[in-house]
Amino acid sequence: MQAIKNLIKKSRIKSPWLLHYDCSSCNGCDIEILACLTPLYDVERFGIINAGNPKHADILLVTGGVNNRNKHVLQNIYAQMPDPKVVVCVGACGNTGGIFRDAYNILGGVDKAIPVDVYVPGCPPKPEAIIDGVVKALGILAEKSENLKNCVEQEDDR
Amino acid sequence: MAPTVIPFGPQHPVLPEPIHLTLTTKDEIVTEAVPQLGYIHRGLEKLADIKDFHQLVQVVERVCGICSCIHAATYAQAIEALMNIEVPPRAHLLRVIWSELHRVHSHLLWLGLFADGFGFESLFMQTWRIREKIMDVMEATAGNRVIISVNVIGGVRRDLSPEQCQWILSVLDDAEKEYKELGKVFLDDYSVQKRTRGQGVLTREKAYELGACGPTGRGSGIAQDVRQTGYSGYAMLDFEPVVENDGDSYARCKVRYREVLQSFDLIRQAINKLPEGEINVKVKGNPEGEVITRSEQPRGELLYYVRASGKKHLDRLRIRTPTFANIPPLLAMLPGTELANVPVVVLSIDPCISCTER
Repeated sequence: MQAIKNLIKKSRIKSPWLLHYDCSSCNGCDIEILACLTPLYDVERFGIINAGNPKHADILLVTGGVNNRNKHVLQNIYAQMPDPKVVVCVGACGNTGGIFRDAYNILGGVDKAIPVDVYVPGCPPKPEAIIDGVVKALGILAEKSENLKNCVEQEDDR
Repeated sequence: MAPTVIPFGPQHPVLPEPIHLTLTTKDEIVTEAVPQLGYIHRGLEKLADIKDFHQLVQVVERVCGICSCIHAATYAQAIEALMNIEVPPRAHLLRVIWSELHRVHSHLLWLGLFADGFGFESLFMQTWRIREKIMDVMEATAGNRVIISVNVIGGVRRDLSPEQCQWILSVLDDAEKEYKELGKVFLDDYSVQKRTRGQGVLTREKAYELGACGPTGRGSGIAQDVRQTGYSGYAMLDFEPVVENDGDSYARCKVRYREVLQSFDLIRQAINKLPEGEINVKVKGNPEGEVITRSEQPRGELLYYVRASGKKHLDRLRIRTPTFANIPPLLAMLPGTELANVPVVVLSIDPCISCTER
């Protein structure tokens, strides 16, 4: 049983699957995220795959600020992702609301709706910066999965 | 069998952006499609109350990150028309060069996503590989890959040196050679044609009636291209609108494929005709009056309405984007489509939701 747990932990960190959701970004960040997947940057060499299904994903990449209409969509997607999960917020709008901070339909950054682990600044951030953010997220994912394991073991002991 | 209702979006693997379509299907055939919008509405036009008319250039660039340069240029055109500013010819042609670079990168992006939409992963990768060359040009000439912020009211803020022009021409030659090889796959491949021919047919009459614009309209035989009106530097260049007559997804793909080649040609023409001189003029005072300007975005006709009353802040800024005009034609295309082909048909209008909802 321990061997299987170790294997799951290792493969989770070795090959994280991404889910991308566009909150209310201008597309700039979204096309840079897509550019990460293509031959020049090619994050697939790190085992990273862009998944379409929240239930398959380990890392949630969010772009753009939150508004009243997409807030519950984002929370729904976040709730559907299995633990451990990490949220990476890409771009100035997602971090704080950015240039749209004062617009009437923007509530603010992504952290107004769901907890965020890594903030990637830039308008839009370069693909290198996004990859850097995802690599940072992997460290947090390893930590979270360790904590999760401890929780489960304590539960088992009881 | 009773009709089944299938929700499509807002989070869907084929859509980079959220739009929701409620599809009513009968035996796998779509009978009705109802859209729901508003997931990325930001209230951008209202920012005209807070930001002054110079700062708004940076705001309108962020209407859409894919065609940001064209948004800024159109807005600048509107203010320049209000304030009677004479933009130097060099600035006009520089705007054309960056706008056409944006068109090339936008169409390559779309061709890649379209290939991904019908499940041709390697074609997607190849198209985006070529697109990176264009992004390199953007980064080298303007300092940023996506939102390049070269436009200001009264001209542009960056210049191209003769060496840079030569380098751009050599990159374009490279990119064009590789792009033409991909064209064989996009236009002649059996399996690609199987997925795109006859899908989402929009007749010429229907397209005209529903107000389709840009490549969606031109794919149905409507020869409308706002660049033909000769705004900015386009009056100095020589080109014909690209038109196809079939009105299906294949025709729209072919229009965009040929438009990339046309844009390569326009950039070459603009670089060869680039006159010496100033790149911007000083702007004094505030705008007054109202004006409508139009321009051709990669997705179709873009319209800006500006009303000002001699103050720093505009009274009203109204933006009408091409995808807004192309959603009614999309809803007309969807009935009769198989459910598996819905992504292909939705992508074929090149939806840009952040433009539509602003």
